[in-house]
Amino acid sequence: MNRDSNVYTFTFATLMVFVVATVLAYTSFSLKDLQNENVRKEKMQNILSTVGIKTDRDGAEKLFDQYIKEQLAVQSDGSIDNSVNVFKDVKLALELKKSSDTQDFPLYVAEIDSEKFYIIPIRGNGLWNAIFGYISLKEDLNTIKGVVFDHVGETAGLGAEITQDWFIERFIDEKLFDANSNLMGITVSKTNNDPSNLDKTDHEVDAISGATITGDGVTDMIKERITHYVPYFEFIKSSNSIAVVSNNNLNLN
Amino acid sequence: MSKNKVLLTDPLDDNNPITVQVLGICSALAITVQLKAAIVMSLSVIAVMAASNVIISILRDLIPNRIRIIVQLVVVASMVVLVDQVLRAYAYDVSKELSIFIGLIITNCIVMGRLEAFALGNGVWRSFLDGVGNAFGYAWILILVAFFRELLGSGKLLGIQAIPDFIYEMGYVDNGLMLLSPMALITVGLIIWVQRSRNRKLIEQG
Repeated sequence: MNRDSNVYTFTFATLMVFVVATVLAYTSFSLKDLQNENVRKEKMQNILSTVGIKTDRDGAEKLFDQYIKEQLAVQSDGSIDNSVNVFKDVKLALELKKSSDTQDFPLYVAEIDSEKFYIIPIRGNGLWNAIFGYISLKEDLNTIKGVVFDHVGETAGLGAEITQDWFIERFIDEKLFDANSNLMGITVSKTNNDPSNLDKTDHEVDAISGATITGDGVTDMIKERITHYVPYFEFIKSSNSIAVVSNNNLNLN
Repeated sequence: MSKNKVLLTDPLDDNNPITVQVLGICSALAITVQLKAAIVMSLSVIAVMAASNVIISILRDLIPNRIRIIVQLVVVASMVVLVDQVLRAYAYDVSKELSIFIGLIITNCIVMGRLEAFALGNGVWRSFLDGVGNAFGYAWILILVAFFRELLGSGKLLGIQAIPDFIYEMGYVDNGLMLLSPMALITVGLIIWVQRSRNRKLIEQG
């Protein structure tokens, strides 16, 4: 057979593509379950790490069930949709494409030593691709307990550094709201006058040199996501204060 | 038989892909901060090179000459995707750590170089040995560099503390510079220096 003829070349190429596609599709299909399982456990691991529980991937499931007491689908008006399985069915990447009044806003409530923490998944855009993570708030719904960030394709050594402990630790104990309960978010700032991060009420953390766009992305995603939870936070706060008042009444009686 | 043995041993020293041919340097710089990542990368490259060398060698009388580079690329790329998928299923943490570098095995000059230079003109068994030999030549340099970088840079080996506490108490400090890419280049340079002073064959005449 003439190996240099056009017919042979095209036939070979077509066959090759067909065989390769079959092999790759088969592999991808048969490994899918194992891969998804890893991603699922990693999600649990990330959620737990924001409230200070470090675990390996295999231990994540048990601890997740132990500490995460509620998984809520918050609506834009502050109500809860109980029909949604938040952990499994709400994909933030897809939710973000909807208009904000039809989105489900996932909220995980953890309880550790009878202290409550509210964990909010966040997602936004970095320089090259999506950045995402979780942010957990203490019971006052204002002070940050912990954060975790991850990214799809930020520059290694620059934007990708947002996943590092030294960056994440800057967010701990920062406040999201100012004294008048206005949402300020946390600004990843190049002009932060507080590089050692002692002032926890300035709503600012120090940026990473060379990662301006990624840092701005972190700023934006925190503020954009938290905004949608404010109605629900107001609801919790008001019901908490009612509880306090009724407790006081009880004491008086 | 001894001719076949040369295929395995030659790339380890006299014809080492990294220190003599200076191929595949980029990944040698990028993923040698930790020993574990370097070992997994080495295993992946061994698997990819052995498999693609064998496949190209089997097909060598069928591959149309005009699209042979494309065919090589497709074979290497599919092998790399396979390795990536397997790692994601069975070694998720490592696959996250290596992320793009697994994909970049495709662009590793050693792989394409051996396919074009060897597998297209040699039998299956010899091609297999050549692939494994060259991959090992790449692997042991990678692991050696990673050994020094992790030991001197973070005082650990495979993530376990290797430098005892009393040395730190005497005032020893980890050298953070070792963790940056330039020191990988310098380490490779030092290995080349040692290799050349031991192996006179490598020194250019004139």
